[in-house]
Amino acid sequence: MNPHSLARAVLCVFRRDLTVALRRSTDVLTPLIFFAIVVSLFPLGVGPEPAMLRALAPGVLWVAALLAAMLSLNRLFANDHADGTLEQLLLAPHPLTVLVLAKTAAHWVLTGLPLVLLSPLLALQLGLSAEAMGTLVVSLALGTPVLSLIGSVGAALTLGLRGGGVLVSLLVLPLYTPVLIFGASSVTAAVEGLSTEAHLSLLAAFLVLALSLIPWATAAALRVSHD
Amino acid sequence: MLDVTNLACVRGDRPLFNHLSFALKAGELVHITGANGSGKTTLLRALCGFSRPAAGEIRWNGTDIHDLGDDYRGALAYVGHLNGIQGELTLRENLRVAAGIAGQKTAPDTALEQVGLLAYGGFPAKILSQGQKRRLALARLLVAHKLLWILDEPFSALDARSTEVMNALLSAHLTAGGMIVLTSHQDLAIELHTVLSVRLDS
Repeated sequence: MNPHSLARAVLCVFRRDLTVALRRSTDVLTPLIFFAIVVSLFPLGVGPEPAMLRALAPGVLWVAALLAAMLSLNRLFANDHADGTLEQLLLAPHPLTVLVLAKTAAHWVLTGLPLVLLSPLLALQLGLSAEAMGTLVVSLALGTPVLSLIGSVGAALTLGLRGGGVLVSLLVLPLYTPVLIFGASSVTAAVEGLSTEAHLSLLAAFLVLALSLIPWATAAALRVSHD
Repeated sequence: MLDVTNLACVRGDRPLFNHLSFALKAGELVHITGANGSGKTTLLRALCGFSRPAAGEIRWNGTDIHDLGDDYRGALAYVGHLNGIQGELTLRENLRVAAGIAGQKTAPDTALEQVGLLAYGGFPAKILSQGQKRRLALARLLVAHKLLWILDEPFSALDARSTEVMNALLSAHLTAGGMIVLTSHQDLAIELHTVLSVRLDS
């Protein structure tokens, strides 16, 4: 198969996933609303002192974003598995890793990207400075694709299992923690006026590593789950 | 073209069938029959390359299908128990996606007309009845332009007229030099072509 037809297949999968998700718009909105609600509840719970909120903000924003990203994971393959389109994808005459990457990219555009775009608004609510807000956006832009990629392995491994949702969380949470630690600490560093370069470089390194390794693992997991 | 030699499949610890051999050439059809649970679907999934058989070999043009990978998948179209249709997409979009993934560029309307669904082309596929969904799944075969069709109970949920249409489409594919492996509980009304029968529970 030539690269031209591979490009067409990738574009096809990507556009199809976006179209289907937009027609099931509640699926797209749920993680976003969850993110907004969790972050908005914190000032009510811990009190409105600006200093305390500023100190809590990096952790709160990152934990809420991480949980929101996890909430959407079962959507990645479960629907396609149920209606048989996933098994058709496995029979495509193209490298499954590339098609998996297209699906994960579509998933990120529908969950990660809206979280990144919404985060400055919620950061404002917690009183973050403009500089810290910038770091938050960059760290989420680097970190949420890693969350989608790691989540794709978990979603592929638990395909067709009962109670798969809980199992996915248990599988991916340990792998999510490094992203959470460096993501949140980059924003904390920005709040304290320190350099954020080291944290952001590490997040970028996670992203490169995840991009180059995880699609293979996800493709293999999908093949195993269809055996 | 497709050679199956001494194939054995198991499910769990239970052997389903042993020493199954057949060869399929251009323009031929293999009709697989057997009681429920005799391993028809397992055999078809092994032929698709989803699972590795417990013993024996499946060769395409002389090479094991697991070594061929994408080259074999490029020649193969499969319609299983699941139709592989997304309810949110319209009929046309479903076919366009199927063709795009198969690496083909196509006008979906010709295929829709052949299975008698052209009038529903712009509607979301979720409004279709079971039989209509089955027909849309079979229309996927027409847009994918593959040599080998592997069909799991293609006639299920089809009415008499649709069964006739389907038989005509299968005949046309064989006449064009295609190959078909299918399971069905019904007798086939495909004339003028070689039909090999394989019984799994004999």
